[in-house]
Amino acid sequence: MIPLSDYLIVGAILFGLSLAGIIINRKNVIILLMCIELMLLAVNTNFIAFSHYLGDNLGEIFVFFILTVAAAEAAIGLAILMVLYRNRQTINVEDLDSLKG
Amino acid sequence: MDLLVEQIIFFAFAGMTVLAGAVVVAVRNPVHSVLALVVAFVASAGLWLLLEAEFLALVLIFVYVGAVMTLFLFVVMMLNIRELPSREGFVRFLPLALFALAAIVAMMVFVIGPQHFGLAQYAIPAHHGADYSNIRELGLVLYTHDVYPFELAAVLLLIAIIAAISLSFRGRRVGTRSQVPSAQIAVKSADRIRIIKMASEPKVKR
Amino acid sequence: MHQDSVLHNLSLTMVLAPLLGAIVAGFFGKVIGKTWTHRVTILLLMVSFACAIYIAKLLILDGMPSYNGVIYTWADVGKYQFNVGFLIDRLTAVMGITVTFVSLLVHIYSIGYMAEDDGYQRFFSYISLFTFMMLMLITANNLLQLYFGWEGVGLVSYLLIGFWFHRETANFGSLKAFIANRVGDMGFLLGIAAIMTYFGTIDYSTIFADAGNFTQTTITVLPGVHWNLITVVCLLLFIGAMGKSAQMPLHVWLPESMEGPTPISALIHAATMVTAGVFMVARMSPLFELSQVALTTVLIIGAVGALFTGILGVIQSDIKRVVAYSTLSQLGYMMVGLGASAFSAGIFHLMTHASFKALLFLSAGSVIIGMHHDQDMRNMGNIRKYMPITYVAFLVGALSLSAIPPFAGFYSKDAIIDAVHLSTIPGAHFAYICVVLGAFVTALYSFRAFFMTFHTKERMSEGLRKNLKESPWVVWVPLVILVVPSIILGAMIAGPMLYDPHSILGNSVYTAPQYDVLKIMAGHWHGAWSAVAESIYTPAFWMSIAGVAVAWLSYIVFPRLPNFVTRRFSWVYYILDRKYGFDDFNQIIFARGTVGLGKALFKYADLKLIDDYMVNGSGRGIEWFSRTLRKTQSGYLYDYAFAMILGLLVFLLWLLLG
Repeated sequence: MIPLSDYLIVGAILFGLSLAGIIINRKNVIILLMCIELMLLAVNTNFIAFSHYLGDNLGEIFVFFILTVAAAEAAIGLAILMVLYRNRQTINVEDLDSLKG
Repeated sequence: MDLLVEQIIFFAFAGMTVLAGAVVVAVRNPVHSVLALVVAFVASAGLWLLLEAEFLALVLIFVYVGAVMTLFLFVVMMLNIRELPSREGFVRFLPLALFALAAIVAMMVFVIGPQHFGLAQYAIPAHHGADYSNIRELGLVLYTHDVYPFELAAVLLLIAIIAAISLSFRGRRVGTRSQVPSAQIAVKSADRIRIIKMASEPKVKR
Repeated sequence: MHQDSVLHNLSLTMVLAPLLGAIVAGFFGKVIGKTWTHRVTILLLMVSFACAIYIAKLLILDGMPSYNGVIYTWADVGKYQFNVGFLIDRLTAVMGITVTFVSLLVHIYSIGYMAEDDGYQRFFSYISLFTFMMLMLITANNLLQLYFGWEGVGLVSYLLIGFWFHRETANFGSLKAFIANRVGDMGFLLGIAAIMTYFGTIDYSTIFADAGNFTQTTITVLPGVHWNLITVVCLLLFIGAMGKSAQMPLHVWLPESMEGPTPISALIHAATMVTAGVFMVARMSPLFELSQVALTTVLIIGAVGALFTGILGVIQSDIKRVVAYSTLSQLGYMMVGLGASAFSAGIFHLMTHASFKALLFLSAGSVIIGMHHDQDMRNMGNIRKYMPITYVAFLVGALSLSAIPPFAGFYSKDAIIDAVHLSTIPGAHFAYICVVLGAFVTALYSFRAFFMTFHTKERMSEGLRKNLKESPWVVWVPLVILVVPSIILGAMIAGPMLYDPHSILGNSVYTAPQYDVLKIMAGHWHGAWSAVAESIYTPAFWMSIAGVAVAWLSYIVFPRLPNFVTRRFSWVYYILDRKYGFDDFNQIIFARGTVGLGKALFKYADLKLIDDYMVNGSGRGIEWFSRTLRKTQSGYLYDYAFAMILGLLVFLLWLLLG
């Protein structure tokens, strides 16, 4: 007898953790990327929970697409990271301030 | 299934997920972070199984744990970061991070808490029978109603592959031997095989 | 239909002939030469005059109904239609004769007066153009055309006052006239706009037909202040009339306009243009009659002008300025007549005034020719010996102006004074005192000028005296012609104009029954000659006689008296010499105020506010803003992520609290 709200709270805690992770791990791009994966996991959990409790598998379809996109994003993100490291010899975010206005 | 068992399973997986998530953001070594993330995914897959999303749970493990996390691990190791980035901001931003965590969780719980999404509002749906196939149900929708988004997702993955390769590909290094496909394709039969006309030898009288 | 087309063609000819003359003289004057210029313009004006007379004959003698027709639709905008159209009724006919008659004589007179001027053709072009504009004004059947003529005469007046544009004072005078008129025209334009807004049309006939429906309509002038619509409209229109007809306090331009050539002073600033305001008020009589406030305003302003501008005439030494102030005073009389609802009397005075004032001006001009353009009366004296015809002409003009029976001015002015006496409108009592005292003042300054110029010792230089002789015939013939109406016009038409039940103006002016003073006066009318005999019982007559007598005593019998009075009452003289301070007031408050305002606006609004704060300031502001904003663009990924998180928190809060 697990109510829907429990799943949602798990998702919320995961989401909050990943947010906190983004804040404290502001130097390391890899961990930032991982935090984003975690965030997506939280969202997916919510989708699936709702899908189950509402009896509509559209939520699962959505998760399917999110997984696809997340996989693509991770692949490209890591590729960018590779290029970055090759060019700058660092992945420390503090050194990456060429966007500075 | 026994209710108590179900609750034990849920709390075990949920606790594992949350704990692993905390480890992901808290540890110093990125390799450890990746490994903790793997744990978080696996535990989540368990939660998803509880929610009868068997296909997605398995996909999560296969694709995420098997492919994406491996990719992360590869990258972390490939970069071979000798001195890990200092964590001087860790202490400084910890209060802020904890505040954000608390604020988000508190507000989310306020919105999605049991008073709105409890059992009274959303009853437990009936369990599916043994002959129910989650894959079949998903497939039915995915290949009919959602076939165009499905195709688009496929194209997106292709693009991701091309993008990742073209980003990390640094050109052919000098002195390595490798295929040149264009040259292979452009080859003509005349380049490969020479037909020599020879006068047939006279029959040797025996 | 046939009658209409006759009137239509006649009025079209009457109006367009002077325009043709103006075009010929203006554009081809140098080609055809001086002689042909005045021949063409005078011939065309004669045509116009003949048409005017014929129109008057058809309408007044033959009793043809008035003609109201559209010539041309200028613009058709939404629900408004702007037409060029003619309303030819008896009022128009009377005005048409007056305008074309005086204009014709001035044209002839100018041959002599302007003979040696370089701008001869230009001058004839202007005065013909002026006549055209004036005719457009009086024939209009809608307010827009009236406004066209109104502005047109204002423009020509400006051009003619500044005719000798190389003179500083002429330019100053023309500008002053233009600006003072602009103030009035603003009111006039607002009045037209108000009529257009509320009546939905600018055609006279529709306005007059609808006027009765609006007597109770009020409009909000200021928040919380509601005024009667008709009153507001009439007051605004009257502000326009004040500008054009030089009523206090917009009268300041008229004395300055004497910088123009004398024929112009006669034509524009005495006989015709300045009476446009009088004409307009008479034309709008159906509106004015509905508003007692407006009538009282007209009455009071006219009365104040009649008395106080007359007093100024007493101390002037420039002969033309004396006549100019007398014009101001007489315009005041006309306004008083209109204010007392004796519209016929006002228009009647307009006609007689046109003839005797033109006569006075042209006589003064004749003197000025003789004096080689010296206008100062202190340098004249005993000119009757050299210029007998001019002397007689001026005398007739002065007698007529002073309302000595049986000259023309007597009938019209007497009618106005009587009308005010009988009027029941608030302020009529005050106005009556003013106009009666004004009669004394009028006689005083007229005969002061007369005695100083034509009697007393010869004060001009010896060289001038030797050459002093009567002006050429083109100058004195118009004088002689003008002498005739100045004497007999009053006695001739006073009866039919004022008292006849089917008076000359007929139903072209409207008088509300409760204000109809002329009807009461008609009961006492026993013909022109008995009016002369009865006049000895009126205070106005004795006032006039007293004025003449005082002038005679002061300048012939006791020539030292004026100097003594001037010294004894130097503060009075000072006030009069400063013209009650209107000019100083305008100069200090409006002229310097405008300059100061302009400078202040330039310094604070333009340089400071617009240039510095707005133009440069927007640049500086953007620079500052972007400099500030740049600080948020640290370039660090986590800062952007943090901003997103903040946004998320805000949205969540909104969701929770909203």
